[in-house]
Amino acid sequence: MSTEPLVTVENLGRIYDVSKPWLNRVVERAPIQLLTAAAGVTFSIARTETFALVGESGSGKSTVAKMVVGLVPPSSGEVTIDGISMTHRRRSSERERLRRRIQMIFQAPYASLNPRWRVENIIAEPLRAFSVAQNADEQHKRVGELLRLVGLDPADGVKYPHEFSGGQRQRIAIARALSAQPEFIVCDEPTSALDVSVQAQILNLMRDLQRQFGLTYLFISHNLAVVRHMATRIGVMYLGRLVEVSPARELFRAPRHPYTRMLLDAVPDLDLTERGRKAVEGEIPNPITPPPGCAFHPRCPYAFERCRVERPVLLPSAPASVACHAVEEGRIKPGAGVLEGAVTP
Amino acid sequence: MSASATPTPLESAATAPERKRWAALRDSDTLYSFLHSKVTIAAAIVTLLIICGALFAPWIAPHNPFDLREVNLINSNLPPAWMAEGNKDFLLGTDDQGRDILSTILYGSRISLSVGILSVAFAAIVGIVLGLVAGYRGGAVDTVIMRIADVQLTFPAILIALLIDGSVRAMVGGQRNEEMVFWVLIFSIGLSFWVQYARTVRGSTMVEKSKDYVLAARLIGIHPIKILFRHVLPNVIGPVLVIATINLALAVILEATLSFLGVGLPPTQPSLGTLISIGNNYLFSGEWWIAIFPGITLAALVLAVNLVGDWLRDALNPKLR
Repeated sequence: MSTEPLVTVENLGRIYDVSKPWLNRVVERAPIQLLTAAAGVTFSIARTETFALVGESGSGKSTVAKMVVGLVPPSSGEVTIDGISMTHRRRSSERERLRRRIQMIFQAPYASLNPRWRVENIIAEPLRAFSVAQNADEQHKRVGELLRLVGLDPADGVKYPHEFSGGQRQRIAIARALSAQPEFIVCDEPTSALDVSVQAQILNLMRDLQRQFGLTYLFISHNLAVVRHMATRIGVMYLGRLVEVSPARELFRAPRHPYTRMLLDAVPDLDLTERGRKAVEGEIPNPITPPPGCAFHPRCPYAFERCRVERPVLLPSAPASVACHAVEEGRIKPGAGVLEGAVTP
Repeated sequence: MSASATPTPLESAATAPERKRWAALRDSDTLYSFLHSKVTIAAAIVTLLIICGALFAPWIAPHNPFDLREVNLINSNLPPAWMAEGNKDFLLGTDDQGRDILSTILYGSRISLSVGILSVAFAAIVGIVLGLVAGYRGGAVDTVIMRIADVQLTFPAILIALLIDGSVRAMVGGQRNEEMVFWVLIFSIGLSFWVQYARTVRGSTMVEKSKDYVLAARLIGIHPIKILFRHVLPNVIGPVLVIATINLALAVILEATLSFLGVGLPPTQPSLGTLISIGNNYLFSGEWWIAIFPGITLAALVLAVNLVGDWLRDALNPKLR
């Protein structure tokens, strides 16, 4: 695999102002309220690999995804794709060219396709925007090829999105994403709105296309089973920060961060034999008033004094980088994922 | 649809775009739903009849009520042709100046419809554009536009129209002519209706702009104006059509009110509203036909347009097909 990463995300952060309107603030003397959706997110994605971001809802995965493609301007940090900065205020011509190489597949296949447009026009929009097709015939042919590529009938192009099922719509969304031949696709929970049976088909399609076109994926999901199927490397997010970055195999074999362990322990498996499963405890805290120190400490069985005061940083090491005092001090070893106190039958 | 007789739209697209358009129309769900709603067909026929009557008034009207050589005071206040004193030259009778009612209705609906359609079009264009911009940009732009709309709503439509008419009179003085009155009417009626469009469009735009298909378009660098008109507008236009049809009726009635108040069109160029208010003076002295026939035309027009608008709303919503 190539050594130079395609995508580099450095210290990326996003703060939203969620305070009341100015007048209310003045009259009610309410303070300005800031929500930190993401902070200090750093990772890189090598060419043709799939980097997955996992975490509960509200952990900032989608915000990071939108910042990476440039839909949301970051409050801090930088995104670099193939050496070109995505976050500079100035819109360079280089960045305009870069646009064509980036695409996104969205979560809800019902909202990601314009209900008033025929499928052919939806898929052809990037072709027109980047002037890929020279004329109407060529465009028509290309759309037909794309539809066949994602397992639909080229004659389906004249239909409207509402005439398709959720899985078929997601196939259309994939065809649109592929139409301008991008290299890097950000997938924001592409299967979470679909039936389990359809999920597997879509995931397999995405993997086949990745192999066929040498695509690089940033894959956002809360579903560990899906991530296990897709990812080569995984970043675990908690309250806007990365707590563990690890190769997929390593993460599932020997999770290090207590939060990762908790998530893995909650994954149901069919052969529930020797492994004691434990439900995820507690909820993700309010990001407006995050806990001091390590954001995970209120839920962490290994929390001690230092965790309540000092925020752990992501320490880069091979094979896995972890942001945890307990791991750093060696108090917990990379383990099979069984939490202390969980009794094995 | 048999496979041999009709080429699929995809095949014909390559050969003949003209034929594709016809095939698409013939196979369309819109046409199907139209042909299966008897009320809509009836309403469409009534609307078309009145519109055609208005369009071709100079050719189909039996008399020209504005040609003073044809108008004869001897023929004044004649009842409809089927009544005892009726004259078969004047099918629906005549008014106090001897003008043929049928002809004045045809000419009158011409003026009513043009004022109505043009003022609704003016209001819709202003309202849609401002609503789209306010909803999409948000922030200060949104606040400014919507506060202007709020202020505008505190003035009744008639007051705005009187105000504009007064200002125009003060500006041009004695040169105020009939054609200018026509445009002043359209401007003042349109100005009092745009707020509804702006509010409706703004609300729907705020919903649509955060949907993923808009994000997908932004992602590939489509210009915001193009996104607004090609992506957002088709998804917010449905309610606008319904408002427009109801407003068309309201505009015709508002125009009649203004004409009655003396700031509208003069009796020498009567609209349907002017005709009704003229006839109103004779309603209780027995000459009922002067007010009733224009009134029936107005009511039929308003009802038919509303019914067609209702059907259009359902037909244009792909989810209801």
